Amino acid sequence: MSIKTHQYEVVIVGAGGAGLMAALYASKKASTAVISKLYPSRSHTGAAQGGISAALGNIEEDRPEWHTYDTVKGSDYLGDQDAIEFMCFKAPELVYELEHMGLPFDRTPEGRIMQRPFGGHTNNETGKPVRRACHAADRTGHMILQTLYQQCIKNNVTFFDEFQVLDLIMVNGKAAGVVAIEIATGDIHVFHAKAVILATGGWGRVWEITSNAYAYTGDAPAMILRKGLPVEDMEFFQFHPTGIYKLGILITEGVRGEGGVLINDKGERFMERYAPHVKDLASRDVVSRAMYIEMKEGRGINGQRYLYLDVRPETVNKYAKIDGRTNPDGTPYQVTAEDILRKLPDIIDFCKTYLGVDPVKEPMPVQPTAHYAMGGIPTNIKTEVLADEKNTVVPGLYAAGENACVSVHGANRLGTNSLLDLVVFGKEAGIHAAEYAAGAQFEPLPDDAADYARSQLDAILNSKGNERVADIAKEMKHEMMDKVGVFRTEEGMQEALDKIRELKERFKHIHIDDHGKVFNTDLLTAWELSNLLDVAEITTASALARKESRGAHSRDDYPKRDDQNWLKHTLAWRRENGEIELRYKPVVITKYQPKERVY
Amino acid sequence: MLEKVTLKILRYNPEKDAQPHYERYTVEAEPTDRILDVLEKIKAYQDGTLTFRRSCAHGVCGSCAMRINGRNRLACKTLLKTLDTSKEITVEPILGLPRVKDLIVDMTTFFDNYKKVMPYFINDEPLPEDGRERLQSPEERARFDDTTKCILCGACTTACPTFWADNSYVGPSAIVNAHRFIFDSRDRAAAERLKILAGDSGVFRCRTAFNCTEACPREIKITKAIAEVKRAIITGRLD
Repeated sequence: MSIKTHQYEVVIVGAGGAGLMAALYASKKASTAVISKLYPSRSHTGAAQGGISAALGNIEEDRPEWHTYDTVKGSDYLGDQDAIEFMCFKAPELVYELEHMGLPFDRTPEGRIMQRPFGGHTNNETGKPVRRACHAADRTGHMILQTLYQQCIKNNVTFFDEFQVLDLIMVNGKAAGVVAIEIATGDIHVFHAKAVILATGGWGRVWEITSNAYAYTGDAPAMILRKGLPVEDMEFFQFHPTGIYKLGILITEGVRGEGGVLINDKGERFMERYAPHVKDLASRDVVSRAMYIEMKEGRGINGQRYLYLDVRPETVNKYAKIDGRTNPDGTPYQVTAEDILRKLPDIIDFCKTYLGVDPVKEPMPVQPTAHYAMGGIPTNIKTEVLADEKNTVVPGLYAAGENACVSVHGANRLGTNSLLDLVVFGKEAGIHAAEYAAGAQFEPLPDDAADYARSQLDAILNSKGNERVADIAKEMKHEMMDKVGVFRTEEGMQEALDKIRELKERFKHIHIDDHGKVFNTDLLTAWELSNLLDVAEITTASALARKESRGAHSRDDYPKRDDQNWLKHTLAWRRENGEIELRYKPVVITKYQPKERVY
Repeated sequence: MLEKVTLKILRYNPEKDAQPHYERYTVEAEPTDRILDVLEKIKAYQDGTLTFRRSCAHGVCGSCAMRINGRNRLACKTLLKTLDTSKEITVEPILGLPRVKDLIVDMTTFFDNYKKVMPYFINDEPLPEDGRERLQSPEERARFDDTTKCILCGACTTACPTFWADNSYVGPSAIVNAHRFIFDSRDRAAAERLKILAGDSGVFRCRTAFNCTEACPREIKITKAIAEVKRAIITGRLD
């Protein structure tokens, strides 16, 4: 069969915020191609809602140092402090850069970028929430994605839309390109490159209730594992407190930033008991755990597995008064229904569409939803991919955005830091990959470069068992939600690991219906499931080994953080015999020594 | 509260079929299920060859625009309870673009038309000396808010009779995206965009059928935006 070959100095896999930002910078200096399984504007960056953080101080005093400390604390001290400091000090420059690209941020009366409070972001002197999240209504991610895509069009960036990358080509230990399938034709393409940037986003589709798109199937981490490279801190996956009940659709933390509160079946604002200082604006791990405890103790609404998120003006105003919340000019903070509608239009639309609930008049039923991967492909600040616990660089290979682990989020990410991460490190990836390419040669491509990818697809196409892909996916999602979710135990995680391994065996006996070439999404959905299973397995194995509770990894059997033994990053490999090997590397600590985390 | 629902889906596989044809699938579904959920269920358990695009599943990525009972909608934003499920529900690909397979059409022309209107921010004047943001009042920002919501799903353009007749008409979506920049107080290329839109493939091809506005899943007032662009061309003013 014929294989089409292309040659670009830099190839970027994924066209979300990180991939597009990388493309803008790489394409200034090197021939660059962006390969994406979706049209760029379909990427999941577009679903981010509440804001991007930067200590601009447009409304009240703020400092990058405070942003740095908040992020370190939010990470439960697992984030690397040099990387966090780098990101938080870059934040203002990057947000201004987005504005200069035309991003339509909301504005203050003075015409500056508008900012709102978000969970875990504080004035370090008073301990009160600080307005740090720069926003465009409740569709900030949409605006970032659109703006970056528009700028890529302006700069004539080359795109291969609806090409699914299947495999990474490594030659002499260096990245040498990728293999992709052109979805519309089924043709296999080889992209020969000097540098490859991985930016495929997350893998929330491992879990049953998720805010994540269908496309979030962990493609790059799964590819990396097959190449014998490790992934980092996979046990840390964020459950966002407020997903729409049963559907998992995200309801931004900005709702609580604007004054919304979580309420249990007894009508209590229960976060007062769990985070007396910042209450509903505690870190996401803290809030999700509190919600689980409330539901477990029978205070879910009508005894069900959901709680209320209440942003009705009368509720907001009642608690704003109790909290003594004020406007920047010192007057009491009060909102009207029109204010809520203007600040949160998309949320209101989602609730009306999917629940038939108008949030201005009724509270929203919410439950924690699988949302964001703190872990991923290990990189340094220059976004170079790392091969081991000694931080050995893989030449020519870069990763940025959600699929990477720098690590700036550690054990728990603060809201709005994901959008910041992807623009800061997307830019770094573009710059460094192009720089590397300028001094590197194309490695000679092996004749069989596409064979492995082809054999993976053929195995699925030729498999004649009686297992259905959807059944395996469903069982995986259920097991992971139940046993590798917000709360975890040794026994549960071991059961989950056994189950995932059983499912991986069963996957070898699937059958699919579509054996054609054109737009064979039946085939690609099965291939994506193989990635999800690999990611679920390594997540569970990493979690099982970590005998402590930290950030999003919370164990009933080891309820305390254990800095003595576990203040370290997990690196996980899948060896050729299928065994998972875990090693560890130290956390970078510069200014902030770990202490107890109280909100 | 499961109920039986029948979808009549226009199927076309270019590797097998000379012509598109309808196939019927009956599934059990909840009234709160989306058409996308039903399509997923059919694909998972009845016929894996059924092909459609989808990603975010909550109306922000723009992948799943299709004709549902003759109207352009997003499958992920259309709940069964909003349709008459006692009758068959007809699901077809959006019109006016080449069919690829089942509910998938070739979006190339749509994106080419989008690119024609310079859908990107242009301002080559020096940046503020302090390196900070360009100033814009809340009122100036509000002026183009509605057209920033576009997700490029194509529901509007492929509902437009003028576009059906002639693909060279840039279509409502491209005009919406031009509007987003024309009325942005910070942008400096309004005149160039208006010149493009005053041409043969521009706004004056619009016959004000209102199909676009009805089709938009983001409830953008598209016909109004088009009218504002027409007025700007005629009056030479951007107010």
